[in-house]
Amino acid sequence: MSTEILMPAVAPSMTEGNIVRWAKKEGDPVKQGEVLLEIETDKAVVEVEAQQDGVLGSILVPEGTSGVKVATVIALLAGKGEKAPAAAAPKQPARAAVQPPAAAAPAHAVARDPGGRVFASPLARRIARDLNVDLARVSGSGPNGRVLKADVQAASRAGATALAARPAGPAYEDIPHSNTRRVIAQRLAEAKRSVPHFYLTIDCEVDALLAARTQANEMVAGLKLSVNDLVIKAAALALRKVPAVNAAWGENAIRRFRDVDVAVAVSAPSGLVTPVVRNADAKSLREISAEMKELAARAQQSRLRPDEYQGGGFTVSNLGMVGIREFAAIINPPQACILAVGASEQRPIVRDGALAVATLMTCTLSVDHRAVDGTLGAAFLAAFKKLVESPIALFL
Amino acid sequence: MVESFDLVVIGGGPGGYVAAIRASQLGLKAAVVEREHLGGICLNWGCIPTKALLRSAEVFHLMNNAGAFGLSASNVSFDLAQVVQRSRAVAAQLQSGVKHLLRKNKVTVIEGHGRLAGKGRVAIFKNGKEGKPDAELAAKHIILATGARPRVLPGLEPDGRQVWTYKEAMVPPAMPRSLLVVGSGAIGIEFASFYRTLGAAVTVVEVLDRVLPVEDEEISALARKSFERQGMKIMTSATVKALKKSAGGVTASIASSAGEASVSAERVILAVGISANTENLGLEGTGVKLDRGHVVAGPWLETGEPGVYAIGDLTGAPWLAHKASQEGVICVEKIAGVAGVQPLDATRIPGCTYCRPQVASIGLTEKKAIDAGHKVKVGRFPLIGNGKAIALGDTEGMVKTVFDAGTGALLGAHMIGPEVTEMIQGWGIAQTLETTEAELMHTVFPHPTLSEAMHESVLDAYGHAIHI
Repeated sequence: MSTEILMPAVAPSMTEGNIVRWAKKEGDPVKQGEVLLEIETDKAVVEVEAQQDGVLGSILVPEGTSGVKVATVIALLAGKGEKAPAAAAPKQPARAAVQPPAAAAPAHAVARDPGGRVFASPLARRIARDLNVDLARVSGSGPNGRVLKADVQAASRAGATALAARPAGPAYEDIPHSNTRRVIAQRLAEAKRSVPHFYLTIDCEVDALLAARTQANEMVAGLKLSVNDLVIKAAALALRKVPAVNAAWGENAIRRFRDVDVAVAVSAPSGLVTPVVRNADAKSLREISAEMKELAARAQQSRLRPDEYQGGGFTVSNLGMVGIREFAAIINPPQACILAVGASEQRPIVRDGALAVATLMTCTLSVDHRAVDGTLGAAFLAAFKKLVESPIALFL
Repeated sequence: MVESFDLVVIGGGPGGYVAAIRASQLGLKAAVVEREHLGGICLNWGCIPTKALLRSAEVFHLMNNAGAFGLSASNVSFDLAQVVQRSRAVAAQLQSGVKHLLRKNKVTVIEGHGRLAGKGRVAIFKNGKEGKPDAELAAKHIILATGARPRVLPGLEPDGRQVWTYKEAMVPPAMPRSLLVVGSGAIGIEFASFYRTLGAAVTVVEVLDRVLPVEDEEISALARKSFERQGMKIMTSATVKALKKSAGGVTASIASSAGEASVSAERVILAVGISANTENLGLEGTGVKLDRGHVVAGPWLETGEPGVYAIGDLTGAPWLAHKASQEGVICVEKIAGVAGVQPLDATRIPGCTYCRPQVASIGLTEKKAIDAGHKVKVGRFPLIGNGKAIALGDTEGMVKTVFDAGTGALLGAHMIGPEVTEMIQGWGIAQTLETTEAELMHTVFPHPTLSEAMHESVLDAYGHAIHI
């Protein structure tokens, strides 16, 4: 004889619950005390154990069903040694006479079984495929919410243009990691996690720098100095003045670089790369400008040679050209410092006790405190500021 | 005392009585007002008794062709009175069946003429339609289901003796030697088929350019060929201008592109369409609107007057019993708030004509599909390639299917041949379930049956019919 398994009340106040999972399949032997299914209440997911031995016959309420009333017959359990009872037709409640106006069943429900299958007519499926409509997002007007041709056409019309533009599937797209992206992620996470950053910010007045740049570009045919070219040169000269900042933290020593090799952050399609302008302190602005143009162009095409982007003792990262006022960059290990350069913009300043307007460029130096102390970092920024504000030295 | 109902249906035909039964099933207190006979024209003077007549004609035809089956039957004849009497008995049996069904479903049946009498009121007239009403009913909802009657064209008035409508044609006192049928729709053609099979000289006059003009053009052409082979005379693009009656019969002057002609016949059957029974319903002063003689009803059969609905022939073509019944059910279920009610899709109402060979169709004809902008794939399968048809000795016919070339939607299906009226529902199910050609191809059709021709027609539309 088979026993009816009823939806249990796993909490005193429970009136209904969701069947999350059947731990046993139809036909599986069941021992008393074994977990039979999991039920979700509004508070928790609870495992329900079998009360007696037997064989799980038909599961009448499949997993994934929500709002199952307590005491509903959810499965049949056959006694030990008996054949599992054949799947009985699900019991239908005695049909209540419908009194007008009867409450309408929720219209426009999407017909879906717990397995996530959407019920749709063959024609609706084909048209959805042709129109690139995601059936899972179409509400069905047919019997039991079945999606019909007209529903798909309506969804396509109303629709979802965005929907139509997107192929059927999940509401997101996974972009597999490129190797570059993997390396960047690993290095930046490592840097932010293990390098004790501190940040120093300074405002530089750049009216003279911009004027000099304009003048130079006007006077020398073919020359197109960027602000960043000037920043690279200024940083290089400042590094020469405060060589302790041109350094790297190592296991057993702080390495101070003899050459001034300035790495420059460049955004490329595959991710961030930092081609290096070697001996930047010794190069003219014209050389730096030409070299940067060339390196940046090849970085865009992912055609930099490893020796062109490896090494460097210091990094410049400039987001000024895209309007960022100031920001703090993550150190490019093993280097000790990175200079984040903001936009040059006119701001009110107080000069000699009066308000005035000047073009300011805010720069933030991120510093590895293990290798460089605060005063040292400040000394570098002061030297940098002086060079930027009296740009004649950059042109020598 | 005024009795109150949730629903009063005026008219007890296949629209009205079905609506009342469904209402009662849904817990509504329902009444049907019927002035003549439960079951309406369909059951009493239409669909059903004509099928009984045509069955007699079919058996007579087979007996006359007994030799083809290796049988012999001599002195084959018929007794017209008996044929008619059987037809009446069939109608009577069904009418009592409807009475029983209504009683079983606790529907109150009120004899008399019903008429709107103010908001939520129906007046009942026992004798005639005028004067003081004999009773009044209160109704939350009122469904008008009064049907239609034959259309009368000026100059072509029926007289019930020499010039018949369907009603006289169904109970002929004697077999006319010659017959002129005006109109080649389903009604005209069924009578033409019946009388021709029993031996009358039959002429059919159709104003349009083909017989069974609502059918697919190819089917019309095949039907015409078959009718003419049986000895019918068919005149299309022809108009009956006048009927001149004399003691010996009727002479019709017929105008066509070929010029004027006159055809004489002992009897004339007029079958030139129908007029809706909108008179004496108390529609005046209500929000119920008429359009070319028919009541305008929305997708849920609602009229312009709140609480008043109209179904069936009253609301326009197609004038078919099953359309009326389905509208009745939809209307009532909507009133009762049943979930998931779907409005009737006019392109999914099958039509059947029980002539010999039978004609049945659903959905768009090839031409209508193309006119509607579809790129179509058309399949055809002649019954001469169907084993069962050959075994039956009845190979005249074809199954034609029309698909949308892009989506594979079954736009229409058109059949002519034996028992095609019994097969058309297969296409109806396919359309309702929105199958494409793929599911139809994957369906196993039993062998040997006429229905295999349906399968082959689908295969042919996609270029891989097997038996052709």
